[in-house]
Amino acid sequence: MAEYKRPTTEAEFNKNFKQKKPLMNDTEAYYEASRCLFCYDAPCIQACPTSIDIPLFIKQIHTDNVTGSSKTIFDSNWLGNACGIVCPTGVLCEGACVYNHQDVPPIQIGRLQNYATNKTIDAEKEIFKIGKSNGKKIAVIGAGPAGIACASEARVLGFEVDIFEAKEKPSGLTVYGIAPYKISNEEVLKEIDFLQKQLQFNIKYKTAITSKDQLQKIEADYDAIFLGVGLGKTKQLELDGEDKDGVVGAVEFIEELRMKHHEVKVSKKVVVIGGGNTAMDAASESARMGASKTVLAYRNSKEKMGAYGFEYDLAISSGVDSLFNVTPIAITGNGKVEGVKFAKTEMIEGKLQTNMDTTFIVPCDMVIKATGQAKQGEFYSLVDHLNIDKRTKVIVNPHTFQTSNPKYFAGGDAVNGGAEVVNAAFDGKMAAQGIHKWLNK
Amino acid sequence: MIDLSINFGGIKAPNPFWLASAPPTNSGYQIMKAFDAGWGGAVWKTLGVPVVNVSSRYGAVNYRNTRMMGFNNIELITDRPLADNLREIEEVKKYFPDHAVIASLMVETRAEWEQIIKDVENAGADGIELNFGCPHGMCERGMGSAVGQEPEVLKTIVGWVKEAANIPVITKLSPNISHITDPGLAAVQGGTDSISLINTIKSIVGIDLDSYAPYPIVDGKGSNGGYCGPAVKPIAMHMIKDLAQHPEISKVPISGIGGIETWRDVVEFILLGATSVQVCTAVMHYGFGIVREMEAGLRQFMEEKNYNTIYDFAGKALPNVTDWKHLNLKHKVVAEINADKCIGCELCYISCDDGAHQAIALSTDPTNRIPSIIEENCVGCNLCSLVCPVEDCITMEKRDDGTQNLTWHERTLNDDIPVTFDDDRAGGKGHFVPTPADALKHRR
Repeated sequence: MAEYKRPTTEAEFNKNFKQKKPLMNDTEAYYEASRCLFCYDAPCIQACPTSIDIPLFIKQIHTDNVTGSSKTIFDSNWLGNACGIVCPTGVLCEGACVYNHQDVPPIQIGRLQNYATNKTIDAEKEIFKIGKSNGKKIAVIGAGPAGIACASEARVLGFEVDIFEAKEKPSGLTVYGIAPYKISNEEVLKEIDFLQKQLQFNIKYKTAITSKDQLQKIEADYDAIFLGVGLGKTKQLELDGEDKDGVVGAVEFIEELRMKHHEVKVSKKVVVIGGGNTAMDAASESARMGASKTVLAYRNSKEKMGAYGFEYDLAISSGVDSLFNVTPIAITGNGKVEGVKFAKTEMIEGKLQTNMDTTFIVPCDMVIKATGQAKQGEFYSLVDHLNIDKRTKVIVNPHTFQTSNPKYFAGGDAVNGGAEVVNAAFDGKMAAQGIHKWLNK
Repeated sequence: MIDLSINFGGIKAPNPFWLASAPPTNSGYQIMKAFDAGWGGAVWKTLGVPVVNVSSRYGAVNYRNTRMMGFNNIELITDRPLADNLREIEEVKKYFPDHAVIASLMVETRAEWEQIIKDVENAGADGIELNFGCPHGMCERGMGSAVGQEPEVLKTIVGWVKEAANIPVITKLSPNISHITDPGLAAVQGGTDSISLINTIKSIVGIDLDSYAPYPIVDGKGSNGGYCGPAVKPIAMHMIKDLAQHPEISKVPISGIGGIETWRDVVEFILLGATSVQVCTAVMHYGFGIVREMEAGLRQFMEEKNYNTIYDFAGKALPNVTDWKHLNLKHKVVAEINADKCIGCELCYISCDDGAHQAIALSTDPTNRIPSIIEENCVGCNLCSLVCPVEDCITMEKRDDGTQNLTWHERTLNDDIPVTFDDDRAGGKGHFVPTPADALKHRR
């Protein structure tokens, strides 16, 4: 049974997509901050991909030094505001909180972080300083979290920075690809705006870099180039009937949802294919958009899903049904989707086998493919001497983020194959430092 | 059968829970409400020539998420006409004849003392409390703590009062002195029937970082206030102990005041010799209903320990409070960490390493966050067990066999104490300390 009514207005949309981690008020933040034990060599810091000094920023919130708290956060992570909300804190900092060993709820680190940065951003506090110009220029390709972090760090180090972005808005998947109940567009964009106002990097929107000529011009104009190009469109499943009307990629579906909210039309019966976090998001979103039935279909067992347990639970609590050990073999329908034909799978001697004898059709009028994004292989072929691994990930030096072509650095999803905003933020920052070291050799 | 009633130096009350002279006892309305809630007595807000108060009167020290851990005020004695107060005393006594209504008094001249004593006696007060403690405002005019700080003056006034009064007299002392026994003894020599303490401690609770004025701020300026609340309890308990152990002063009963909020506080004060307790801040914070917790807890304690009246255990801790020189130097405890309870915050490690005796080690395995005690370095100071956020995770375990007892006093008599700067008998001689340069190994 559907839990959600189809939203027809922005207000109804916001109700269905209520923020999972709402902004804390002053009192809540004060009380929550007071619980922090200020652990020595704190496990939360160790669990943070950007090593934010969490006990310090929490203490600073508690002592009413919210600006200082934000500085502590941004010092380690240029996207501290977004990360406070969208980080899977339960498996990172909050998962490491020592209170877990006492069966006491861990400190709500993410929400505290967002509280501090949000307050500082809203107050337009000037907390960053552009470094003394070193006369050098960096081009950043992609204004996603990796690119923004690289640009911000580079500005502090005294570089001129131009970012080339294919889309109309900055921050990449943070604004285009994250479920709307995790973060609002405004929350994402105001952080970028805050950074850009103080650090003065340029972003050239709707400027996709797609040709060798463009790249050669950039190479000539800039001292170093950072590739924060992320991943591409949803991969093709190569199924019969995949081209039918109503078959969409999860990335494209979520992007449309984020931009158009309640104006997006979701069909009555939806099948979501995949077992990762994006599949969970897409399924949950479909249910929240009023689909009367949303079925999540994954080819392996529940235990083998790549998604975090809490993401699966969230989808289920939104009214999503799930099917495990099924693999799609065709999409049926006459021009328009009418169903997905599945075959059962089973694990035989450690290998997942498809049993073509047991097939069945799940009727539906929409299919969301959440089976991974294609890599930017085509783009990489434009860069000379750029080594990529067999999964089409850019190979970098893990400390400097320099690629095999010394002028190029890379980070984020392009390098890790698809991870969290916080990982991209770390990569971008480290890459800027890598560029700085390389150019000052 | 538990009987909580008391006879405190001639003042009878159904229980030892009294309201201290303060804002909660400003009016008959409040006191009747308090008696109805379960309080056994109340010391009326100090009567005298009415004052004019300022607006903005209280300041607080919050600790972490605890509000009003410390509290201060710059309010003076009653600002209501005496006649109004007297009328209300009379009315309260009509409704609650068995409850203790004590009139706190503060005036200047002998004639004033004699007059006001007569007035409160006529109104039906069960006793008088002399306010020699108020450390702000009134003392500038030679009253309150100005008296409490001059034992001779105090003694003289107690003498005047005793001569004039037909009802019992409590002398309330100020903690703003070097030795509480000086005014305590003066009060007893003046003839007081009992003593109450502590009044508030001179304090500044905070400074506003924009106006640079101390809290509470009165139009850009502030004044020292009187400090009270849970923060002052240890100071109050020490002073009560000093009086209760004094051979002369201990002849009169003591009413304990200072940060009392829970049944536990009440029991501790009684164990140190108090036979009534007075409460203000806890009521100002939570209202009169707080007495329910105190009474229930006190009864529970008495039931478990088999006491019938508070006199059965009053002063029971006093023999165990001694001078440092009489403590057993042969007693030895060391910390023990319960690995099953440890949550790995490592606060014990860092507090010991930075703040004590470098007797706790971290595991060399980075995945194991449970520290271990280096027993030979542990001096048994307790710090780790105090900082540990988990109840009973770090315990102090006895290591001596209990057969030996040797005190500093005895060693002094035996001529066996360190006397030169580099004496071999120095307690810490040979005790492990890392070399100074080891400190820099922790750099990251």
